Amino acid sequence: MRHTALLAGLVLMTAACGGTTRTDVQQQQSSAPATAASSAAANPNAPLKQGLKIAFLPKQVNNPYFTIADNGGVEAAKEFGGEGKEVGPSEASASSQVSYINTLIQQKQDAIVISANDPNAVVPALKQARAAGIKVVSYDSDTAPEGRDVFVNQASPEDLGRTEVQLLAEQIGHKGKIAILSATPNATNQNTWIEFMKDELKKPEYKDMELVKVAYGNDDDQKSFTETQGLLRSYPDLAGIISPTTVGIAAAARYLSDSPYKGKVKLTGLGTPNQLRKFVKDGTIDGFELWNPADLGYLASYAGAALASGQITGAEGEKFKAGKLGEYTIGAKGEVLLGKPTVFNKDNIDDFDF
Amino acid sequence: MTTDRLRQSATTDRLRQSATTDRLRQSATTDLFRRWETLILALLVGVVVWASLGVDGFANGSNVSFLLLDTTEIALMALTMTLVIVAAEIDLSVASTLGLSCAVLGWLWNSGLPIEAIMPICLLVGALCGAFNGLLVTRLGLPSLAVTIGTFALFRGLAYVMLGDQAVADLPPAYTSLATASIGPIPLMTVLVALLAAVAAVVLHATGLGRSIFALGSNEEAAYFSGIRVKRIKFWLFVASGVMASLASLVYTFRYASARADNGVGLELAVVAAVLLGGVSIFGGRGSLPGVLMAVLLLGVVRNALILADVANEVLNFVTGLLLVASVLAPNLGAVWRRRTSPQMEGKSP
Repeated sequence: MRHTALLAGLVLMTAACGGTTRTDVQQQQSSAPATAASSAAANPNAPLKQGLKIAFLPKQVNNPYFTIADNGGVEAAKEFGGEGKEVGPSEASASSQVSYINTLIQQKQDAIVISANDPNAVVPALKQARAAGIKVVSYDSDTAPEGRDVFVNQASPEDLGRTEVQLLAEQIGHKGKIAILSATPNATNQNTWIEFMKDELKKPEYKDMELVKVAYGNDDDQKSFTETQGLLRSYPDLAGIISPTTVGIAAAARYLSDSPYKGKVKLTGLGTPNQLRKFVKDGTIDGFELWNPADLGYLASYAGAALASGQITGAEGEKFKAGKLGEYTIGAKGEVLLGKPTVFNKDNIDDFDF
Repeated sequence: MTTDRLRQSATTDRLRQSATTDRLRQSATTDLFRRWETLILALLVGVVVWASLGVDGFANGSNVSFLLLDTTEIALMALTMTLVIVAAEIDLSVASTLGLSCAVLGWLWNSGLPIEAIMPICLLVGALCGAFNGLLVTRLGLPSLAVTIGTFALFRGLAYVMLGDQAVADLPPAYTSLATASIGPIPLMTVLVALLAAVAAVVLHATGLGRSIFALGSNEEAAYFSGIRVKRIKFWLFVASGVMASLASLVYTFRYASARADNGVGLELAVVAAVLLGGVSIFGGRGSLPGVLMAVLLLGVVRNALILADVANEVLNFVTGLLLVASVLAPNLGAVWRRRTSPQMEGKSP
C-alpha cells in the first residue's frame, strides 16, 4: 500500500514538473524546418543502369496477392537488365519487416520496394537504408513520406469510385434503381469512394439511374448476406448493386446466385478474381474490378530503377518510362498512380490467380 | 506395489521417492548439462565464424549492432523467464503483457500525459499483469501453463480494447533515438540487457533466493518442507516477469517508434525457445543464465545470417524449430542412454 502511494506520488510529481507530452512533440515537429526530399537533381535522359539489384519486401511472403505483384516486379527487372528478388516475413506483423530492411542494407541493394505493415515502424530502418544510398519505393501500402522516395499507388479513390458507377451503368443500360453495399458506416476509404460515386451519378448520362440506398454489411459475411437479402426485399425492382468491399461483393454474389434475381440484378464492385471466379462463370456477375497486382509490382520495379539510375528523384512533375505500361508522372507527395482499375470478366478472369 | 507400502504415510513416501530420483537425475545429467552449455557456445562460435566468412555483410559494425539490438526484447524477457522456468512454472503471457503495456503507453500518450509519467505507469501495468498471474497460480493453485494461456488472450484482448488497430507513432524523438543509439557497435539497449543479465545471474546463481528457486523447481514439496516460502517466491517471479515484459515494451515501442496493440505478437515463443535452447529444463530445477544468453545470441545470429544469405523464411523457421527440438531432446536422450547403461538404476527412474 505504502509502495503504491509512493509510486503514485512519484508519477504525479513527474506529471506536475512537466515532461515531454504529445503536444510538445507536435509543436517541435511543426516548428522544425521541413527537410527537402532530395537535393540531387534528376537527369531525365539518364539511361537505366544495368545490373540493378531490386528487392521486394511485401507485407507477407506466400500471400498470393503479393506473389503476383512481386513476380511482376521481378519480370520488369529482367527487362531492364537488373536482378529482382522477393524477401520478407511469413507473418504480417508490424516490426517483422525491419530485420529484412537491415539485411537488405547489408546486401547493398540498389532499391527496396516495400509494402509497409506499419507506416511508421519501418521508417527508422528505411531512413538508414536511404542514408546508405538505397532508393526506397513503397507500393500497395505506403510508409510515412520520410521513409520512401516514391509511393506507387494502385488506383486513386476518384478512379475507383467513378469507374464502379460506369461499370454498373453499362451493365444495366444506364437505367434503374441501384444500391450500394458498403463495409462500415465509418470506413474511410469506402466513404471516399461512395462520395465519388454520388458525384459521378450527378452527370446527365445517369439521369435515369437512382441511388436508393447505401447499406452496410460491416465487412462481415453474414451481415452482408442478410443486407443484400433486405435490399432486394425492399426494392424488388432493383437493377443493380455496387459493393466496394471484397467481403460485401462475395456475400452479395452468394445470395444472388441462389435467388431468382440471379443475372437480372447486376452486381459489381471491388473483389479478387479467385473469390468471384465461380460467380462470373455462372452468370451472377458480368464484371467487377480491382487493380492488377502484377502491373503494380512492374511499375514499382521501374520506379525503383529510375530512382537508382538518377532519372528521377521523387519530386512532383518528374517523368519516367515503365516498359510496357508507358510513361508515368510523379504527382504530389511523391505519388505515382498505376491508373484505372482492371475490369475482370468472363474473357480475362482465368488469366489471374489471386 | 505391496500393501505394506501403500500403508506407509503417502506424503513422506512420495517425498522420499521423488527426492531420491531427483538426486539421481541430477547426478546423471549434471555433466551432460555442463556439456550442453559448452555445445551451445561451440555452436554459437561456429555459426559466427561461418557467417563471417561465408555471408556477405554479416561481419560489419552496423550489422552486429543491429543484430544485438534485434535481440533486446527477447533477451530481457528471457532473463525472468529463465527464473520462472527453473522454478518449474512458465509464463506464456509475456508478449501479451508487452502488447498491453504498449497499448497503455499509446493510449496515455494520446491523452496528453508526459512520457516520463507514462513509463512508470507502464511498468506498473506489467507488475499488475504479473501479480494477476502470480495470484492465480499461488492462491488458487492453478497450473501456470493454463493460467498464462488464459491471460495470454486476456491481456492481448485488453490491449485491442484500449487501442484498437490504431498505431501511435508521434513519440518523442529524444526517446526513439535513445532506443536505437549505440556506443560504437554496441547498442545502448544491449548495455541495459547486460546490466540486468548480471543482476539476474547473481540472483539465480549466487544468492539464497537463487538456491531456493532451484530447490522449489526440482521438488516443490521438499522445498516447502525445508522452509522455503514457495508461494511467495513464485508470486514475485511472476511479478518480475511482468515488469520485464513491460520494460521490453518500452524498448520495443521506442525502437520501432510505434505503439500498437499487436506489438510483439508471437514473441513469447521466441523467449521460451531461447530459454530451453539455453539448457533450462522445461521440468524445472536446472539451467543457467549464461546458457540462456548464449542461446538468445545463437538464435539471433542464425536468423540474421540466414536472412542475409537469402534463405527463405520457411527454411529459417524450420532451422529454428530443429534447434529447439534438439535442445529439448538432447538432455532427455542423454538421460535415457545413461539409464540404459547403468543397471543399478533399473526401476527407480521417474
